[in-house]
Amino acid sequence: MRGGSGRAGGGRAAAASPRAGSGRAEPGRVGPGRAGPGGGSRMGLELYLDLLSQPCRSIYIFARSNNIPFEFKHVELFKDSVLGKKPAAGSGAEQPRAGPSNSEGAGKVSLLKKVPALKDGDFTLAECTAILLYLSRKYNTPDHWYPSDIQKRAQVDEYLSWHHANIRANAPKTMWIKVLIPLFTGQPLPSEKLQEVMEGLSTSLKQFEERFLQDKAFIIGSEISLADLVAIVELMQPVGVGCDIFEDRPRLMEWRRRVEDAVGKELFFQAHEMILNIKELSNIQIDPQLKEHLAPMLMKMLK
Amino acid sequence: MGLELYLDLLSQPCRALYIFARSNNIPFEFKHVELMKGQHRTEEFRKVNILMKVPTLRDGSFTLAESIAILLYLARKFKTPDHWYPSDLQKRARVDEYLSWQHVNIRGKGSKLFLTKVLLPLLTGQPLPPEKLEGVTEELNVVLKQFEEKFLQDKPFIAGSEISLADLVALVELMQPVGAGYDLFEERPKLAEWRRRVEEAVGKQLFQEAHEGILNAKNLTADKIAPELLEHLKHQLLKQASQN
Repeated sequence: MRGGSGRAGGGRAAAASPRAGSGRAEPGRVGPGRAGPGGGSRMGLELYLDLLSQPCRSIYIFARSNNIPFEFKHVELFKDSVLGKKPAAGSGAEQPRAGPSNSEGAGKVSLLKKVPALKDGDFTLAECTAILLYLSRKYNTPDHWYPSDIQKRAQVDEYLSWHHANIRANAPKTMWIKVLIPLFTGQPLPSEKLQEVMEGLSTSLKQFEERFLQDKAFIIGSEISLADLVAIVELMQPVGVGCDIFEDRPRLMEWRRRVEDAVGKELFFQAHEMILNIKELSNIQIDPQLKEHLAPMLMKMLK
Repeated sequence: MGLELYLDLLSQPCRALYIFARSNNIPFEFKHVELMKGQHRTEEFRKVNILMKVPTLRDGSFTLAESIAILLYLARKFKTPDHWYPSDLQKRARVDEYLSWQHVNIRGKGSKLFLTKVLLPLLTGQPLPPEKLEGVTEELNVVLKQFEEKFLQDKPFIAGSEISLADLVALVELMQPVGAGYDLFEERPKLAEWRRRVEEAVGKQLFQEAHEGILNAKNLTADKIAPELLEHLKHQLLKQASQN
């Protein structure tokens, strides 16, 4: 079950392969040059991404897997994004909830402040689902990604909607609790909080298996779609921080293997290099201003 | 057997569906699932939707959960007018963008306010601490500001000059805090104008009919809630009310 018309082999990508941990990668071209709708000397598609963020990974994998030419604009969440924000009351509270990739909206977008973000000429777009759908339509990706059959398409929509308040409600918190909170606040890992999160995640995973995956190879049936991609990147977050949710779930593990094969193992692992080496994050020099800014909202999360 | 929509109009997503289907003359059978009576947690309903949530659609042997998925399915199947989900790539992306963002923002905070203000005191028998209400209200205010500044801006509707699914989904969610007694439109004239436009676009009478229940939510009393449901809700709400 191959996803996409030919895979962009991971390691051979041009300059812009992001490096794990250490600092910023040079933004550059990814994909086979300027072929495609962007053409000539006009500015092409730009994707503002940080691969620590789950939604960013799904977009990155989708675009690369489908050979969509884009310029990778690296945003470092813990520098550009958070510090660039105005510390408005309560807006900080958004971040722990949905993870650092809450996106600012339409119209004029301070692109460097939140990820993922897309810029296509004058058009800017936030929100992972919107970006994935836009790319699939504009670049006419193979049908299985977002099937034209209205029932199969509805199954993808159903998952993409349910995802927000379920898998995505808990999976990101594992990273905040196991890595970021100790890192930023110096407080020890709150184990009861982690247990609560893992229980919530467990419930969601059970529903995922019962309602969405069932006995099928992929969510819509025999082929991969956007739904599988969005789900898998989210579930890699707990894996990265040492909560291997696939360990006791053989059916899920099989599904994961199929998804990796469908997008290309090399690409999948390249996209996940940073999150799978998250311990390197602890070696990053944390800006004291950032620490100060984040600490109160993180303490709130601990309650 | 035709199209069945399993709904309770106390629920925001159910209202969006109800209004959309009626407004577009889509024939369906209204299957009432009374949340307060715990009917969504019966074995019978579980057979329809294992997630035990409303709204649910049943079209022959095909069942579908999640209001956004259902709205899109209906729009496609019944070929509703283009403006609901514009075929223009960029306009459509604007609708998608809102429909995605709203889950944890407008929907998240609006629901939280309603649950905290109306249901929590009812279930615990305790008065609501004012700081708690202030906190959830402030969270909602923040997302309202983002809604106005980033999604609506100076346009008549989210996608531009015509109503789309985004506006409908947004407005039904905003009526939940209104039902709880927080008239968020009062000091937001731009938002109030937009609300009027949306109501007119779908039909004022239909809009009011759909919202009759929620606008009487303040009259909800604990005895109207099924006992089996009480414990379950109590536990859920205490958890939710303490989450970000």
